[in-house]
Amino acid sequence: MLSCHLAGIGLRAPGLSGWAESRAVLVGHETYRETAMPAVPEQSLLARNTVRRTTYTIRLTLQVAEEAMNAAAMPNAELASVFACSGGDASALDQIFNALTLPDRPVSPNQFNNSVHNAPAGYWSIATQSHHPSTSLSAYDGSFSAGLLEALGLLTTLRQAVLLIAYDVPPPPPLWVHRPIAAPYAVALLLTPKPAATHLGRLHLALAHGQAESRLEEVGLERLRGGNPAARSLPLLQIIARGRENRVVLPYLTDTLLSVRHQPC
Amino acid sequence: MPTLEAYTLTSALGRGLRATLSALQERRSGLRPCDFEDADLPTWIGRVEGVEDVRLPDALQAYACRNNQLAWLGLQQDDFIEAVQAARRRFGARRIGVFIGTTTSGIREAETAYRHRDPHSGVLPDTFRYRTTHNGFSCTDFVRQTLGLRGPAQAVLTACSSSAKAFAVAQRFMQMNLCDAAVVGGVDSLCLTTLYGFHALQLLSSQPCRPWDAWRDGLSIGEAAGFALLYRNPSQHTAIRLLGYGESLDAHHITSPHPQGAGAVLAMQRALQSAGLTPQDIDFISLHGTATPANDAIEDQAVHRLFGDRPPCASTKGWTGHTLGAAGIAAVVLACLGLEQGLLPGTLNTREVDPALRVALQLENRPDTPRRVLVNAFGFGGNNCSLLLGKPAC
Repeated sequence: MLSCHLAGIGLRAPGLSGWAESRAVLVGHETYRETAMPAVPEQSLLARNTVRRTTYTIRLTLQVAEEAMNAAAMPNAELASVFACSGGDASALDQIFNALTLPDRPVSPNQFNNSVHNAPAGYWSIATQSHHPSTSLSAYDGSFSAGLLEALGLLTTLRQAVLLIAYDVPPPPPLWVHRPIAAPYAVALLLTPKPAATHLGRLHLALAHGQAESRLEEVGLERLRGGNPAARSLPLLQIIARGRENRVVLPYLTDTLLSVRHQPC
Repeated sequence: MPTLEAYTLTSALGRGLRATLSALQERRSGLRPCDFEDADLPTWIGRVEGVEDVRLPDALQAYACRNNQLAWLGLQQDDFIEAVQAARRRFGARRIGVFIGTTTSGIREAETAYRHRDPHSGVLPDTFRYRTTHNGFSCTDFVRQTLGLRGPAQAVLTACSSSAKAFAVAQRFMQMNLCDAAVVGGVDSLCLTTLYGFHALQLLSSQPCRPWDAWRDGLSIGEAAGFALLYRNPSQHTAIRLLGYGESLDAHHITSPHPQGAGAVLAMQRALQSAGLTPQDIDFISLHGTATPANDAIEDQAVHRLFGDRPPCASTKGWTGHTLGAAGIAAVVLACLGLEQGLLPGTLNTREVDPALRVALQLENRPDTPRRVLVNAFGFGGNNCSLLLGKPAC
C-alpha cells in the first residue's frame, strides 16, 4: 500500500479562495458561489521585480504553494516538488504562436521562457531555495492523479516531504475552442512520510480499474470538477474536509483510475 | 536498479543503432544549415530525414504530427517493438509503465493552425487536434497506444532534463511496485517555437555547435526519438544497468545555471550516492555540453570539482544537435554503444578546446569499453538530472 501523511493544503478556484475558507463549502454547510478570482493572484514568495516577468499561471501556482507551506510550517527549502498540469501555460504559447505568424517572427524571449512546462517549478525553486528533485508532468485529464503518484514516488524513495501542485488555467480563445477548460484551478498538497505538527490525516493510494469516478453532488462544484483537470482533485478535498474515513476514485489514464483513501487522524 | 533490456535512437545521425554507429565511426555529424520548412535563421540544425513522410496506421491517425511521426519512426528500429511485446507477454500490459520526456510535443500543429486562422473570427481550422498532437501528454499516450501498454504513464516535462528524468520516474514506479517494466525515453521534434525562441534568447550558434571550444557561440537544435525498455529484474545477465540517478534544482535563475554549478554538482553527487560509488569509479562522462559559452563553463566547473581532470569527458551535441527533451535518452543510447560496442564518441566540431576549461575533454572517438558512464542532462529552470549506467558485475 502506498501511503503518506498530509500536512498542508492550498486551494484557489472561483469561489474557493483558500483551504480554510473553502471547507464549509466543500462539506455543504455553505452554498457554493462561483465568485470571480482576482486578476492578479497574490503571493509573497517572489520579489516584485521577479514576479513582473511571470504570468498568471505562475503566480497562481506560487499562491497555492505558499498557502500549503505556511499551513505546514516546515522549512520550504527541504521540500521536493511535483508540478502537475495538463496543458502548460497556454497564454504564453498563444502569444508565441501569434508572433510566429508575423513578419520576422518576433518571439518574446520572456514569453518563450514562461511557455516552458517547468517554468512554475523554476520560479518556485528560486523563491524557496529548494535544491531537491522536482518533476513537472502531464497526463492530460489525469494529471492530478499522475502528480499524486509521482509525489508518492519521490516521498517513498527520498523519505522526505513533497509539495504537489496541480493546476490548469483556461487557454486564450483560439485554443480554448479545442481545450475548453472552464475556470482556473490550483491545488497544493504538502505530503510527508511521517505525521507533521499540522496533521490532516493519511492518504492511501492504489491503482483501480472498472470503477466509477467519484463525483460531487453540488452542481457548481461538479461543473468545476469536470471543467478543469486539476479540479479532478475536488472529491478528495471534500472527504478530507468532512474528516471521516472515506475513499474516492479519481480519473488517471483512459483505462486506469486512482483510488485514494483518506484516514483522518 | 533496473536494467536496459533494449534501447534505440533515431536522430540526425540516422535511424536506429546501426546507422548511428556508422555515423560515429565515420565522424559524420548530423548537423546541416537550417532547412526546416520556411524557418529563415542563420543556424544549423539536426533534422531527421523523412519524418514528414511517415504515415501512421489508420487507427492512430488522430495522433499524426511531426513529433508522433518521429516517435513512430523511432519505435520501428532495432526490434524495439518485439522486445516490448516479449515484456508484455511476460508481465502483462498493466505492469509496464510509459514515461516519455518532451518539451514541445506536437505544438508544430498549433503553429500551423494559427497560420491558417480564419481572418475574421480568428478561429483555428477544424482539422487541429489539440489532445492527440499539441498537448504534452500526446506522445506518451501515442507510445502507450502503439505498444498496447496499460500501465502507469506520464509525460515528463522538465525541459532538457526530461528524458533523463524519465529513468528516475520509472525507477520510482518500480520501487512503489506499480510496474515490473517500463518504456522510457524522449521525443522532441523541430518546430518554429523552439527555433525562434532560442533565437530570441540569442543562444543559437551560426555554425555547427562546438562544445568546449574557445570560440563556441551557442547551440544547434536537433530532433530525436529515443527509447529504452527497463526491467525491474534483469532477464539477461549481460544487460546494461541503471546504477544510479541524481536529480536537483539550481534554485538560482529561470534560465541561467548557478554560477558555480551547485545544482549540477548535487545531481552528480546524488547519482554517485544512489549507486554507492565514488568519483574514482566513473570511467567516462557524457557531458550535457550544449556549447553555449556560459553552460559549458559552468558544467566544466561542476564536473571538475567532483572528478578533477581524470575521467575522459565528451559532449554529444556536435553529432545530433541539442535534442532538448530527447537529449537525455540520446546521450544514454550513445553511452550504451560505448558500454556494449566499445566506441565512445568524442566531441565533434570542436577545434580549439577552451584553455579556461579543465575537464579531460575528448575530441577523438575512444575505442574504450568503459564499465561505468555518467550522463548529464541539465535543463531550463535549473532542473538537473545525472544518470549512472554500467555493465553487470560492477
